[in-house]
Amino acid sequence: MRAWLALVLMLGWPISSVAASDFATVVEGRSLAFPADTGAHPDFRTEWWYITGWLTDETGSERGFQVTFFRVGTGIGADNPSRFAPRQLILAHAAIADPAAGALIHAERIERALDPVAGAAVGRTRAWIGDWELVLEEEGTQYRTRIRSDAFDLDLALAPPGPPLLNGREGFSQKTPDPSNASYYYSRPQLAVDGRIRIERADLKVSGHAWLDHEWSSEIMPAEARGWDWIGINLHDGGSLMAFRMRTDDGSPLWAAATLQEGTAPARILVPEQVRLLPRRRWQSPRTGAEYPVEWTLEIEGRTLRLEPLMDDQELDGRRSTGVVYWEGAVRVYDDEREIGRGYLEMTGYAQRPDNL
Amino acid sequence: MGLLGSDNSAALRHVFLASLRRRRLATALSLLAIALGVALGLAVQLIHTAALDELDRGMRLLSGEADLQVVGPRSGFDDALYARIALHPAVAAASPLLEIQARLPGRDETLRVFGIDLFRVAQVTPSLLPVAETAETKTDDAPESSDADRPDRLAALQPDAVFLSPAAATRLGLDAGDEVAVQVGLGEARLRVAGSVPGAGVGQVLAVMDIAGAQETFDRIGRLTRIDLRLAPGIERGSVPKQLRTLLPPGVTLLTPEETASEVTGVSRAYRVNLTMLAAIALLTGGFLVFSTQWLAVVRRRREFAFLRALGLDRGSLRRGLLAEGALLGVVGGVIGVILAYLLTALAFSLIGGDLGAGFFRGVAPQMRVEPLLTLAYLALGVLAGVAGTWLPAREAAQMVPARGLRAGDEAEVYQARPRWGAALIALILAALLCLLPPVGGVPVSGYLAVALILVGAVLAIPGATVGAMRLLPARGSLVTRLARARLAAAPGQAVVAGVGVVASVALAVSMAIMVDSFRDSLDDWLTRMLPADLYLRASDSGASGYLDPDAVARVAALPGVAAVRPVRFESLRIGEVREAIALIARPVQDTSGLPLVAGTLDPPDGPGTDPPTWISEALADRLDLGVGDPLALPIGEQLQIFRVVGIWRDYARQQGAAVIELATFRALTGDRRTNDLGLTLAPKADPVQVMTAIRATLGDRVSEMILPGELRGMILQVFDRTFLATYLMLAVAVTIGLFGIGTTFAALASSRRKEFGILRHLGLPRCRIGALLALEAALTAAVGVGVGLVAGGAIALILIEVINPQSFHWSMDMQLPFGLLLVFGSAMILLAALAARLAGRQAMRQDAVLAVREDW
Repeated sequence: MRAWLALVLMLGWPISSVAASDFATVVEGRSLAFPADTGAHPDFRTEWWYITGWLTDETGSERGFQVTFFRVGTGIGADNPSRFAPRQLILAHAAIADPAAGALIHAERIERALDPVAGAAVGRTRAWIGDWELVLEEEGTQYRTRIRSDAFDLDLALAPPGPPLLNGREGFSQKTPDPSNASYYYSRPQLAVDGRIRIERADLKVSGHAWLDHEWSSEIMPAEARGWDWIGINLHDGGSLMAFRMRTDDGSPLWAAATLQEGTAPARILVPEQVRLLPRRRWQSPRTGAEYPVEWTLEIEGRTLRLEPLMDDQELDGRRSTGVVYWEGAVRVYDDEREIGRGYLEMTGYAQRPDNL
Repeated sequence: MGLLGSDNSAALRHVFLASLRRRRLATALSLLAIALGVALGLAVQLIHTAALDELDRGMRLLSGEADLQVVGPRSGFDDALYARIALHPAVAAASPLLEIQARLPGRDETLRVFGIDLFRVAQVTPSLLPVAETAETKTDDAPESSDADRPDRLAALQPDAVFLSPAAATRLGLDAGDEVAVQVGLGEARLRVAGSVPGAGVGQVLAVMDIAGAQETFDRIGRLTRIDLRLAPGIERGSVPKQLRTLLPPGVTLLTPEETASEVTGVSRAYRVNLTMLAAIALLTGGFLVFSTQWLAVVRRRREFAFLRALGLDRGSLRRGLLAEGALLGVVGGVIGVILAYLLTALAFSLIGGDLGAGFFRGVAPQMRVEPLLTLAYLALGVLAGVAGTWLPAREAAQMVPARGLRAGDEAEVYQARPRWGAALIALILAALLCLLPPVGGVPVSGYLAVALILVGAVLAIPGATVGAMRLLPARGSLVTRLARARLAAAPGQAVVAGVGVVASVALAVSMAIMVDSFRDSLDDWLTRMLPADLYLRASDSGASGYLDPDAVARVAALPGVAAVRPVRFESLRIGEVREAIALIARPVQDTSGLPLVAGTLDPPDGPGTDPPTWISEALADRLDLGVGDPLALPIGEQLQIFRVVGIWRDYARQQGAAVIELATFRALTGDRRTNDLGLTLAPKADPVQVMTAIRATLGDRVSEMILPGELRGMILQVFDRTFLATYLMLAVAVTIGLFGIGTTFAALASSRRKEFGILRHLGLPRCRIGALLALEAALTAAVGVGVGLVAGGAIALILIEVINPQSFHWSMDMQLPFGLLLVFGSAMILLAALAARLAGRQAMRQDAVLAVREDW
């Protein structure tokens, strides 16, 4: 679910000039079919493929990484025969969390869908902007992503161990008490990562585990939502945990949900009452002044877990480009003092409005 | 004062510099000449520097950080090229643009609209980024209430949203939320002002909208006019253009932003150089005048100098003192000129804008600035003119033997100029040879040098011409005639001194008169040939967004009173050898007479297997070195088509070159059936006004323009005359200066010849006869000057017409001698010279004869 607000913030504009009725609606009961549903769904307003994960290089240094491709339907130019008609926009965001750097290294691109320059293909995952891409290879056995920027490159193969994991009710993921605020949402946890990254001049061979979210919908978040907190954790026992909560302006939870798969047991969908996320320690960004709860207590079905970040400063400061500020970073999960998993935490809506900065 | 190298410098300063004050009129004239030369030259430079700077700034602004630009013909190129370029590994960022001159119906104005890709333009040309005005109300389901008052940046993608630069908003009087109508063909489209282009700066009048919206609105689906490129870092610049060029279809090319900018500055350069040369000529005339006055001063002050020398002043000091006089004239004249130049520039900017009326810099609003280097350079030129004019007189004075100088009647020696036919001949031969040389970088440097050499030759020829002319005069005649003849034959130097200014100004005036007259005549003739129809109709200027579609043409052709229509389509092409785009004119040729051919035929043999014909302008023939019968490949519709040059025509409208092809050929190659201009032949008894009313009713009043060829011709000739008005004014000044020169010369001569006149009075010559003698001498001197000036002017006109014009503008004209005008001008000069001398000499003649003679004893 996650990038809802991030997307809105990232674009820097409310997508309100278009009525949601111009797009297909998310309804419960539509069964997802693979691999067709790994591709794009241009009839829906927004869609993203969101990869996060941990990488270890040959010296044992650990880093977090994030690669995201967004597709946004604008509702503009539907009947314009121009190849430049901005019916769909493609956005991409990539970042590396390197404790040696102390802060995120990130890059982004935005483009109107214009074959062959940028686009999101239907039928099988393929989203690209120029030489940035995310592809599900033909056999369906692995994803490839390539990112090239001034500060860093990523070239990774990501192999899923099993079929997609459907979130919510068979992939219908409700976001608020109102079921019309919903999306189609599946995850691919425990992706085995293999590839290379370049940071500055260092070209590194890396491996690790990652998480892919693919989500699409049309209905905008309700006005009372201020932001959310989301986690996607690969558990060391081979299982996975996805949890999110939506916050209102006063910080109280509006909605929460989780998908938990323990070991090889079947995944269980948790209802709002079974999921609690409680902030523990806060960190204030020296750049934006925003205060983020970087350590969390997680109460899942009565179990109490602890979330600790790879490093405090994983704030994505896009004020100079997209105007978006949020925290997206690598975290460890502890059960008492035992690390039981690693994943990513996303926190939005903590920064001041970019206009006021 | 070190200049005089002496202790009693104050005294010397008095001797030299103060003498300028005593000769007020002569000094004032010299100052005027130098000041005018400096003022005109500097003003031309200031105006053009400012205009070019603003133009350059605009170009840089509009090309941003682009390393290279893909450009094609005016109508653009297929936008499929964009993806190929954008994905090329050497390209870091590519930004597609569609530029349109949108005609604004009912406003009689066009607006430069850039269709951009919002996300791409930010990477290459951030100054074109549109900024939406804060959306008025956002009461709907904004996802985050605190963001509701943020501008809706999707607004920039809306197909009807247009963003205005501050200058455009002011000019059009439009605010965010207003609607503006743009013309497309004969229709109108409505756009909404959604915000501004704050990065465009104050001087640029432009608008920005989404590229897809622009393609759709202006009916240009699938077309781009430009792609701006930023190259990937670490890519070797040299090899990239070649790699990229292989991607480009014929007629589409890759330029650096500097090259694109130089396309504009290149066209205006010839015009600039010519104006600068006119200013240089004014400066030269000033130098001549300084020479005249200083020479006379030296003659008059001969005894004074001899006396100073006898008192111990050395040669060098004397010369330096005189040169200082000249330099002072130069400095003062230069300073006055500089002040005048800035005043003129300010006046020009407020009255006619930065293009000096030539139309090169439209859409640019330059600001006057102080240019210290340029100013100093022109000040130095003024000083140079003063010093150079004094050089010979100073040398003459310094070489004088004091003992002889102290003797009375020695002045005559100074006028002992020997005829210098040899030197004159060498100057003329050199001038002739220089005319054979090609231009340097499009500027006919050698041509201008030849003009200068002819002037030098003319001046050198004066003594010889004077002696010769006096020999031709009848030996008999009245006493006064014989006296004058004897005087001039014996002292031709007097004619040199008095006549130099006359020769120079007459030569220049005559040459310009001949050139302008020839040009105007040829232009008139050209217009008659180019405008054979009875009425012209267009939807907009050919570069703008209006056009006539086949249906509109058919409707106009069907109107009562219209006998025939002749559609013309204008396009621009880029061919490899010429950097600037050339004009392509597609129109029916073979069944009309409307081409002013200088070679070839309108009706070429047409057989199977022959390439389609083309008629190229002189400029294009020059640049591509083509003649009748040669093949010429033109990229039309993104493919190369071989044409056969069957004719060369004269074109005063398009310096960059033009090719005419048959409209049918163009339509077959491109499928483009639009028409820019429609020439209408009316039925024998049809009333043009009625037809115009009918056309307005058919096509709509706001979207069409019509003109009668007579009116158009009148307008063009009016512009022509206005352009040359500045020239005429400068010539009038030069001629006046020349005349004043004669006046002061004879005034000085008269006072130095008081003894001679005293003796003549003693011998019984009445005072009025002496006046007549002076007048006659002046008239004869002026006649020689005018005669030499006429010949030199004719020669210069020939160089202007045959060398300088073809080399700078690539056009020819038929030489035309305005005999009547020249006759009146020459006679007037002679009469005025006589009058000036008579008036100037009056003072000398008024003196008592006894006193005048006694003075010598």
